[in-house]
Amino acid sequence: MISARVWEILVDSFWKILLPGLTMTIPLTAISFTLAFLIGTVTALVQFANIRILKQIARFYIWIIRGTPLLVQLFVVFYGLPVVGIVLEPFPAAVIVFSINEGAYSAEILRAALESVPAGQLEAGECVGMSYLQTIFHIVLPQAMRTAFPSLSNSLIAMVKDTSLASNITVTEMFMATQRIVARTYEPLALYIEVGLIYLMFSTVLTKLQRVGEKKLSAYSTPKE
Amino acid sequence: MLEIQNIQKSFGALPVLKGVSLEVDRGDVVAILGPSGSGKTTLLRCINFLEKADAGTMLFDGERYDLGHMSRKDISAIRRKTAFVFQSYNLFLNKTALENVTEGLIVARKMPKAEARERGMQALEKVGLSDRSDYYPSQLSGGQQQRVAIARALAAQPEIIYFDEPTSALDPELTGEVLAVMRQLAQEGMTMLVVTHEMNFARTASNKVIFMEDGVVVETGSSREFFENPRLARTQAFLRTLDGE
Repeated sequence: MISARVWEILVDSFWKILLPGLTMTIPLTAISFTLAFLIGTVTALVQFANIRILKQIARFYIWIIRGTPLLVQLFVVFYGLPVVGIVLEPFPAAVIVFSINEGAYSAEILRAALESVPAGQLEAGECVGMSYLQTIFHIVLPQAMRTAFPSLSNSLIAMVKDTSLASNITVTEMFMATQRIVARTYEPLALYIEVGLIYLMFSTVLTKLQRVGEKKLSAYSTPKE
Repeated sequence: MLEIQNIQKSFGALPVLKGVSLEVDRGDVVAILGPSGSGKTTLLRCINFLEKADAGTMLFDGERYDLGHMSRKDISAIRRKTAFVFQSYNLFLNKTALENVTEGLIVARKMPKAEARERGMQALEKVGLSDRSDYYPSQLSGGQQQRVAIARALAAQPEIIYFDEPTSALDPELTGEVLAVMRQLAQEGMTMLVVTHEMNFARTASNKVIFMEDGVVVETGSSREFFENPRLARTQAFLRTLDGE
């Protein structure tokens, strides 16, 4: 079924695809998601705390980012900004776009999670003498994080796959590496399936980690043995 | 020790407190009674600044405050000397029983952890739950949760504890354990201001009663007098409906 030649190409290209996966796709995802998480947390908190001007800025940011395609955002930053003198290397450009893009989605996930925490938690914090911010960081945010965890994990898994779009702005991540091998060997079917399986491998590991994380976080809502 | 003069509060166009005054002396156990919607809970929430009163004066520990214009600093200074027990407990869901008791001490009062733990365990001991110190709220019964909430209040060593219908969310068979703890505190001389529907508790554990209706205090006095010899027809009618239950 699979000819010896194709098999050889697949085996030979496995490391050539996995390596940029380990050195590009994973760092790009890890850095971007960390930044996105920070952006999302701050953006959600200023809305939750109802800080008027910052809240409007937050809504505007989320509106723009969620309303435009990720690919367009990548092109604007990498191919567009040089016109006004801002020239970025491919990797930093990708990090900026992915973190700002995912930040908007995380912000909405976290805002909803913050709003799901009962109002009595904040009041109880005030009544034991904690300030608003102390209550937010010690009581409300930890509970919101737990609620948001499955959705955030989902976003992380989506981002691993979305980084393949970075090939469009010349980041040599897994997908671009595959495209190059295809151009040389002309075995698109086998190779694109192969890179797909490697993405699947990454996602599977993250899904497993998500399950471990959820179990750990659920400690305070499970019955005592 | 605590005096409220002419407190007023409206929600939109709806007046809820129409000039309520009250006085609590050290060691008093004051029960605030009245039908639903009379403004009892709002009164308590305004006194602890969970709601902002429109107007009124508070005298607390010899200081005078304008309830319509409270600074954040004054609010936090007063809150350090008071504690609040909620109808729905409001234990921190992500903290164990002990952490619930110590959180305010460690985070807000910067108490060393070991000292806070020690004080926390004493407070849990007092409400009979030292063996549940590492349980999360979701792992405790309603009565136990409310006792942890009382321990949390005690650990702050407040000058007064406010109770907002502390047994209303509990199954009848669980109210007893909470009332027993409150009775014990009353006997030990803790100053308490209690919004309650528990007539028996008001009758036997409180020394003063404030009866509210429609945002005003209808009758106030010693609880013995209130229950044995209510002056007003309205109060008599209220007590009769309770007896009929």
